[in-house]
Amino acid sequence: MFVAFEKVFTAQNIGYLAKGALLSLAIAAISLLIGLVLGILGATGRRSKHIIPRTIANIYVTVIRGTPLLLQILIIFSVIPSIYTAFTGNILRINPILIGIIAMSINSGAYQTELIRSGINGVDKGQWEACETLGLNSWQMMKFVVLPQAFKRIVPPLISELITLIKDSSLISTIGAIELLKGAQVIGAQYYDVMSPYCIAAVYYLIMTFTVSLIGNYVEKRLAESD
Amino acid sequence: MIKVENIAKSFNTTTGSQLHVLKGVSLEIKKGEIVSLIGPSGSGKSTLLRCIHGLEKIDSGAIYMEDELMDPNDKKKYREQRNKMGFVFQHFNLFPNMTVVENCKLAQMNVLGRSTEEAEKVAMEYLEKVGLPDKRDAYPSTLSGGQKQRVAIARALCMNPEVMLFDEPTSALDPEMIKEVLEVMKDLGNQGMTMIVVTHEMGFARKVGNRVVFLEGGHILENCASEEFFSNPKTERAKDFLSKVFYD
Repeated sequence: MFVAFEKVFTAQNIGYLAKGALLSLAIAAISLLIGLVLGILGATGRRSKHIIPRTIANIYVTVIRGTPLLLQILIIFSVIPSIYTAFTGNILRINPILIGIIAMSINSGAYQTELIRSGINGVDKGQWEACETLGLNSWQMMKFVVLPQAFKRIVPPLISELITLIKDSSLISTIGAIELLKGAQVIGAQYYDVMSPYCIAAVYYLIMTFTVSLIGNYVEKRLAESD
Repeated sequence: MIKVENIAKSFNTTTGSQLHVLKGVSLEIKKGEIVSLIGPSGSGKSTLLRCIHGLEKIDSGAIYMEDELMDPNDKKKYREQRNKMGFVFQHFNLFPNMTVVENCKLAQMNVLGRSTEEAEKVAMEYLEKVGLPDKRDAYPSTLSGGQKQRVAIARALCMNPEVMLFDEPTSALDPEMIKEVLEVMKDLGNQGMTMIVVTHEMGFARKVGNRVVFLEGGHILENCASEEFFSNPKTERAKDFLSKVFYD
């Protein structure tokens, strides 16, 4: 199985895969942040009194959560260049990493919409009423009272979302982005041994996800202290 | 000061039917009065109090504050009218993410536009009044129920309300904590604050309150001076209620 393990296990290859791992981590982190912005917009839309933003947000969440991420990546990978071609007549070759970040951000935004919405809904009704009787307006209620309390509920699931994104970033290997998994495949092809680089990649994924979950546990404990 | 005219309120139940909680209630509260709303559970006393503040929208009728209609559509004026009322909840509803003094300062600074120093001064003045100046930097989760409720009262007072509404302020407290909260309320009454209190504390209603409004099934059955209500209730329902709440 590990026919060429000694040949694969060199400082150069380990370093090459480490770069891939960092790229995967960066893609996941950036997608999480853009997803957070989309999530806040989505949650605002879903809680809106007006039907239009509410409908848009509902469709967004339903479509994105109801279809596979891999399919979303492939669709965006083919749709963006064709739109560009349709409008300009030129051929566009975009960076697959960029496509990956766009697709994963949109995907994560839908999940974060629901996280943030349930975090806000989880804040006790009495808190809103107390704000109301003190004369605070809805923006002040959100800023000073509701969001800080909702944030506490959102952080733990947000950290699991980051772990999911780190693992799911492997899906963009299918459109040619040389992240950790694709890097392992490249090395595998070089030495006619896929098992060795795959196992090294698995260790990298584990190190990343395990570290993030440790940080998550720490943050969760710190947040619980002020309860 | 506050006039309630023939208000009705109903809620939609989970089964889809309508629950009529207030069925045409009229009431007038004068400046400096301490009015106790009492009655059995489900009689509509809390709903009446919440309607007066506007936490619940009334279905029909009208509420006047200092002879001026409270109209939710006249947003600016309605807001000013509501800000003249302070509200104390059964479950305190302190902000758990802020310290005691921050709880008291938040609305002063953001609603009344007071400076930090000014808000701090007012907050400490009222914390002093409720006997908790040393808890200024404590988080609500570290306080006892009685302390939380006293902070909630201080927080409401910081907004300089002209009338205070209390919604069962001692119902969620341990028996030993009830008195400290009632004492604070009594002092407030002695200083001339207009108060409307939904309560099950008959001793408070009798000794501190000037007037009792007895509700049952969404109607006001009695509305008279406290002493008269307790010594000589007119309706059978009130007699029955009093015979059940007092254990001899």
